[in-house]
Amino acid sequence: MSLLIATTLDDALAALAAGARPIAGGTDLVVGARHGKAPLPASLVAIDRIESLRTIDRSADGGLVIGAGVSHHTIETDATIGAEWSALADASALVGSPATRHVGTLGGNVMNGSPAMDTGAPLVVFGAEAELASAAGSRRVDMATLWVGPGRTSAAADELCVAIHLPARALRSGSAYLRLEYRRAMEIAVVGAAAAVTLTADGAVGSVRVALTAIAATIVEVTGLTGGSVADVAAAAQAAAADQATPISDLRASDRYRRHCIGVMARRAVEAAARRAAGETIAIPVNRAVGIGMAAGATS
Amino acid sequence: MSESIDRDLTLSVNGIAYPVSVDTSRNLLSVIRTEIGLTGTKEGCDDCECGACMVLLDGQPVNSCSYLAAQAAGREITTIEGVMDGQELHPLQRNLLEEGGVQCGFCTPGMIMSATALLARTPSPSDEEIRIGLSGNLCRCTGYAKIIAAVRRTADEA
Ligand SMILES: Cc1cc2nc3c(=O)[nH]c(=O)nc-3n(C[C@H](O)[C@H](O)[C@H](O)COP(=O)(O)OP(=O)(O)OC[C@H]3O[C@@H](n4cnc5c(N)ncnc54)[C@H](O)[C@@H]3O)c2cc1C
Ligand code: FES
Ligand code: FES
Repeated sequence: MSLLIATTLDDALAALAAGARPIAGGTDLVVGARHGKAPLPASLVAIDRIESLRTIDRSADGGLVIGAGVSHHTIETDATIGAEWSALADASALVGSPATRHVGTLGGNVMNGSPAMDTGAPLVVFGAEAELASAAGSRRVDMATLWVGPGRTSAAADELCVAIHLPARALRSGSAYLRLEYRRAMEIAVVGAAAAVTLTADGAVGSVRVALTAIAATIVEVTGLTGGSVADVAAAAQAAAADQATPISDLRASDRYRRHCIGVMARRAVEAAARRAAGETIAIPVNRAVGIGMAAGATS
Repeated sequence: MSESIDRDLTLSVNGIAYPVSVDTSRNLLSVIRTEIGLTGTKEGCDDCECGACMVLLDGQPVNSCSYLAAQAAGREITTIEGVMDGQELHPLQRNLLEEGGVQCGFCTPGMIMSATALLARTPSPSDEEIRIGLSGNLCRCTGYAKIIAAVRRTADEA
């Protein structure tokens, strides 16, 4: 195997054009290879030392551009992301352990394409886009067209995800991501749900988006939700999520249990997002604040 | 400058540069233990689950069993052998012994590396922050309470 440690984007894109596969933190790629899932590629290009992939910048329209090489630890502790794109911080804060969060990147999470990826549902409810670059140029795709199946994306082999673009946050809006987990560390979502809510001036839900983790072959957005009182919208999200989920049974949960729990997660995500939209501060990750994964008797 | 690695690389471990010649698919843990000969870092699960293999890379915790050695070239690696001050135990080592946070000791090097990274970032952690800081490290013996007490005591003494 050969490894190029790239320090510039151009070098990395040239290596991809010549057939190398990218590695960022390796927390999916190396661990997967050790599990025998897929052998390590013969030619790898390490992208973790490309400074331009590790920046977080405010865009002209008030949105945010997060470099693909930004770690979960940085996202979890970034004040702007925590305040304005809270669901993403909620998600990154749940990934693995401190070591996984320092090494693992947003780009790796998104491009690995697991239906259980925690950052995926938050990115969908924000209407985020992935910026893909190759030696031939770059393009932006929305998340729904990026993921085409478990572990598969629509990116070409020579395309690198360089950044995730988040649109500006609307006034009176808030977001949250929750997941069901059996342990509070080193865990994969049993199911998870993200919600982004914008309130009207009188505190009702004006618009809402909900997306679901680990209940289908890719992250899916719940359809058919409209505004109304927070309680009505949360109940509608619960029913629609359970209805639209197409979960599998595996050793971690049965399809029936996943279907029930995804409804609960969707309702709680809407409720927490609405509280944040109303100006309440709920600590990152919201999982702990609602009592998921707390030790018996402990309070948040 | 981008650098292409085929076999030869230099790893800086505890401030000492070690040239090694290995297949670039090798994990950092195996190179530290069998090429460099520092066996304080343990292999528990070899599967990125238990944290026995935890080392610091530029001060941040990394599961060395699941990290390519070649990706660590040019960075500073700290292992358990690097935490003592001469013959003086590191305060975390001393407090783990005094609090009874060590039984078989297999998890201890990894625990100390995670705790070192935690205390560097958060000098006065809450018990909750200590638990999160150590959440990537499993211990089959102690039941964790005494490990948390040892980290708490180290923070309080500092
Ligand atoms: C113990 C443990 C716990 C975990 N817990 C969670 C969890 O709770 N939630 C969760 O979502 N994930 C979890 N993961 C999975 C993993 O840590 C995350 O998906 C992480 O974000 C992957 O990032 P990485 O930089 O390590 O990716 P890598 O392993 O380096 O790459 C993953 C894949 O993406 C490709 N790739 C990487 N970067 C790019 C890029 N910029 N452009 C194009 N392709 C790219 C690689 O070629 C590879 O195919 C866990 C992993 C471990 C080992
Ligand atoms: S040996 Fe690396 S995590 Fe267990
Ligand atoms: S002391 Fe034996 S595993 Fe922790």
